[in-house]
Amino acid sequence: MVDSIHPTAAAPSTEVRRGPEPVKPRQQRWRRRRLNRYTGAPLVLISINLLLFVTFFVWPAVTGLLYSFTSYTGVGTAPYVGADNYQRLLEDEAFYSALIRTLIYTAGVVPLTIVLSLGTAVLLVTDYAKGKVVARIIFFLPWLISPIIVGVIWRWMFGENFGLVNYVITELGGSEVSWQSNANLSLMVVIFAAAWAGTAFNMLLFVAALKNVPTSYYEAASLDGAGSWAKFRNITLPAIAPTTFIVVLLSILHSMKEYALFAAINDGGPGTANNLLVQYIYTKGFERAQIGYASAASFVLMLILMIVAIVQLSMNRRKES
Amino acid sequence: MAVTTAPPRPPALRRRRKKGTTGELPKKVWATAIMWLMVVVYGFPVLWFLLSSIKPAGELFSYPLTLFPENPTLKGFTQAWTSFDVAQYFVNTLIVTVAATLLTIVASAACGYALAKYNNWWIKAFTICILATTMLPGEVLLAPLFLVVRDLNMYNSLSAVVVPAVITATGTFMFRQFFLTVPDDLLEAARIDGSGELSTFLRIMLPLSRPIMLTLAIFSFQWRWNDYIWPLVVLNDPSKYTLQIGVATIVGAENVNWSVLLGASVLSMIPLVLIYLVFQKYVMNADINAGLKD
Repeated sequence: MVDSIHPTAAAPSTEVRRGPEPVKPRQQRWRRRRLNRYTGAPLVLISINLLLFVTFFVWPAVTGLLYSFTSYTGVGTAPYVGADNYQRLLEDEAFYSALIRTLIYTAGVVPLTIVLSLGTAVLLVTDYAKGKVVARIIFFLPWLISPIIVGVIWRWMFGENFGLVNYVITELGGSEVSWQSNANLSLMVVIFAAAWAGTAFNMLLFVAALKNVPTSYYEAASLDGAGSWAKFRNITLPAIAPTTFIVVLLSILHSMKEYALFAAINDGGPGTANNLLVQYIYTKGFERAQIGYASAASFVLMLILMIVAIVQLSMNRRKES
Repeated sequence: MAVTTAPPRPPALRRRRKKGTTGELPKKVWATAIMWLMVVVYGFPVLWFLLSSIKPAGELFSYPLTLFPENPTLKGFTQAWTSFDVAQYFVNTLIVTVAATLLTIVASAACGYALAKYNNWWIKAFTICILATTMLPGEVLLAPLFLVVRDLNMYNSLSAVVVPAVITATGTFMFRQFFLTVPDDLLEAARIDGSGELSTFLRIMLPLSRPIMLTLAIFSFQWRWNDYIWPLVVLNDPSKYTLQIGVATIVGAENVNWSVLLGASVLSMIPLVLIYLVFQKYVMNADINAGLKD
């Protein structure tokens, strides 16, 4: 802009040299002013999130870490107890059973959800299936239903004395299955319910990924005589791998935190057999007011979640390289 | 391009496709059959639930069970609405959901815009901070977060449910990804015309992001409407309960009153289903990857 004001650029070299000299500092100043000018606006724009981030994220994270070394009960003083909470936690059998139950639940629900959501997504994308508009709405319906209501729906179907499933089983000549009083069967019902409810959102992610696979790949493969399965395995799966990675990661993190579904289906029962980690934390922290101890358990859960995320990220990186 | 290559291609394509359709009929039958089997798997639990909810209490447990109610009744709904405070829970949930959704959109749009269009070092640092919140969700910080809310004197008020929920990484990143696709030239042009930064955001950028606002609105509505554990922790007074806690207390009772439970559950599902049916395309076509990938 400044150069165009001085049309002397084409003039003798002495003039040219003189030209840029006064321009440079002006440009620098302009640039600096430009940067300075834009501190106020972005600060205002992020202010709400910044305030909330400090209040509801940094503050509880810091106090939580501090409380985990005390025997704070929510009122009065918070006596320092060192690593006692963590030591007790690692010696608590109930904690281990909650941890193992959480891992079993995750190992059950994640693969099932992935298979179901990828399967439904493929059906919704393929040209072969008919009636996709209706199917899409039905598949997506469970996303709208809260975990509590999903729990109620499945509890209603799998009721031991009154449920439809046991009714059908006895009608077919079988004997009633103890869906509620057997801990493993009860966990199975929760896994089915969670996979049923978790399909919709992941399906949406898979549908978006499947639509982005270039059709030319499939056409080329067809010309080479590849079958449907070969195409799916060698073209589709590698092409959607980034989405699969996200879906797996989110599903694992989500299922490690499940509570509402268990609360509604069997209240983490029978007894405390199906108490997962979050329910364990909730019971300790809020029903027994052991805030310090619950904070320690929270940080162990956080550590596990972080390990899961880091392991997954590094595995993904190794696969890519 | 398409015009120039169009004349020679269609016949060849059509011929190949015709051959394909006759050879691939079994494939079509299989795919359609599997899909409708899945539709039954996903639809039946809801159908059974809905049909059960209009059965009279006596019919719910009388063998043989029938799919369709013999004497359909709405008694479960009216009973839930009047005697179990579902009306109150409904109002509370609506207040929480609408307030949180509006605030979430405002906060996420503003923050997402700042993260996309300014490159101060502290903006970059804050981007990482927002990402970090996904690693520490409310469930993990349950106890200390509760203490913060209590110390702010928000315990047992609906604002305790609303305010911490306003900051969401997903919403912020949905807006960030969107504003990254908006050309910087537009911003520069506004600057040259002398528009202030904030008014550029409010008058030009915000209206552009309408589809994202609607998508996030639906997501936020679903998150807040279906929230369970956080409201359970911070709400103590039954008159402040949200629907999910209300339904959970009916489930948790010694003798579950199934007639009322079914009615209350179905009632609690209605608003979301309605919103979904109206704004379906904003959910189904949403590039939700945008919010999660980065």
